Amino acid sequence: MELDTIRYLTEGLWQALILIVSFDREVYRIVLTSLYCSVTATFLGSAIALPLGFFIGGFEFRGKASLVTIFNTLMALPTTVVGLMGYSLLSRKGPLGFLGLLFTPWAVILGETILCIPIITSFAISVTQGIDSKVRETSLTLGASPMQSYLAVVREGRIGYLVAIVAGYARVVAEVGAAMMLGGNIRGFTRTIPTAIMLETSKGEFALGIALGIILIFLAFSINIILHRLRALGE
Amino acid sequence: MKSFFKISIALLFALTLLVGVAAAGEITLATTTSTVDTGMLDYLIPYFKEDTGIDLKYIYAGTGKALEYARNGDADVVMVHAKSLEMTFIEEGYGLDRKEVMYNNFYIIGPADDPAGIKGFEKASEALAAIAEAEVTFISRGDNSGTHVKELLIWDEAGIAPEGDWYIEAAAGIGPTLLMANEKGGYALADNSTYLAYTFDDKIDLEVMVEGDPILFNQYSVITVNPEKITTVNYEGAKAFLDWITSERGQQLIADYKKFDTQLFYPNAE
Repeated sequence: MELDTIRYLTEGLWQALILIVSFDREVYRIVLTSLYCSVTATFLGSAIALPLGFFIGGFEFRGKASLVTIFNTLMALPTTVVGLMGYSLLSRKGPLGFLGLLFTPWAVILGETILCIPIITSFAISVTQGIDSKVRETSLTLGASPMQSYLAVVREGRIGYLVAIVAGYARVVAEVGAAMMLGGNIRGFTRTIPTAIMLETSKGEFALGIALGIILIFLAFSINIILHRLRALGE
Repeated sequence: MKSFFKISIALLFALTLLVGVAAAGEITLATTTSTVDTGMLDYLIPYFKEDTGIDLKYIYAGTGKALEYARNGDADVVMVHAKSLEMTFIEEGYGLDRKEVMYNNFYIIGPADDPAGIKGFEKASEALAAIAEAEVTFISRGDNSGTHVKELLIWDEAGIAPEGDWYIEAAAGIGPTLLMANEKGGYALADNSTYLAYTFDDKIDLEVMVEGDPILFNQYSVITVNPEKITTVNYEGAKAFLDWITSERGQQLIADYKKFDTQLFYPNAE
């Protein structure tokens, strides 16, 4: 019974294939929950973080440098810390307990939204700062309204902003700390791919853990392909 | 970009419908890792749903943590196995109805070569004392779980406060603790159900060293959370679970749960 890495990898690969092709109900449920939570969180996080990053990056104001530093630092927020803080907020005993969100997918989404905001904001700040000021000036001289001139800047940086979104997604799709504490890893309800992997490996089901990991990577790969296609369409 | 947003919103909407809304007939059970890692709970849940129509969702951690979840109002009912912690829970007013449900026994398990020479010892406390004396690796749950409470009780009986590099506090559930003991060739305290389940599934290679000492008896109980203390709990659902699991039907199902033809838990409700 030695730990045979190659054996686990090949067994895992084989199991992954079987699980996908046989439409294993439980695995598909886990994948759907994972997608639901991470995509919604990234969407909500981007809705907040992209405009935030745009304004911080695009304008000069007092305390700007400190704000940028704060967001950079928050990128390193441990997922378990967010999970713990979220738990104290959402627990029945906590201030938001009346919402009854704990151990539901929405608690996971909340936690993951908080997790991805710093990274998307930081990227968006950096992207916005990197856009040549001439872009805005040129559009104004060509007769654009102030609003349109800002949109021109956004358009210029669209690839960078897309990367920001992808970075945010990457941060949350594979995280365990927040999903575990806020979702409870409940079967068929809040079990995401990373929390399922944790459960299976703690039960000693290593091959299944690897199979789920492979599915996760495959998922991330597919989403990236979709985003690149959309990017190409936008050009 | 516009169509991208439209598509994504439509997708999110569709997914919302799929994930489903919380039903009225559902309860949250806070339980220990042994009932989960053995597969026992996943086995019982469909039967409970069939008989009562109630959806049972469970969250799991050590007994101490499970009771903490209940105190915070995040569980309607608990299934745990540490009488001292349970009694405190009830005395504090958080627990209402308590019934003993099933039992199993703890084993002291260890590597086949038995470096501390404790195989066949009759008293668990003497075995632990020998392990401490020989300073052989012992993996403790270290997480205020039922197993951990029992372990500390035995150290207490032996009059020893374990410490040293050989005493490893895993702070993990029973499953990962067993896997760790397996990796390190060390001893551990394990309930017989999880030990057997893991051995049958070929996950560990450890042997039973000590069994049969009365102190190793392991009682599981179900306690409903007091609706007067925590007004948001689903007391009817919790009581339904307590009644169901102590009924002939529930007790028979527990007795029928086997892995590799071996019964893992023994029903003993009155």
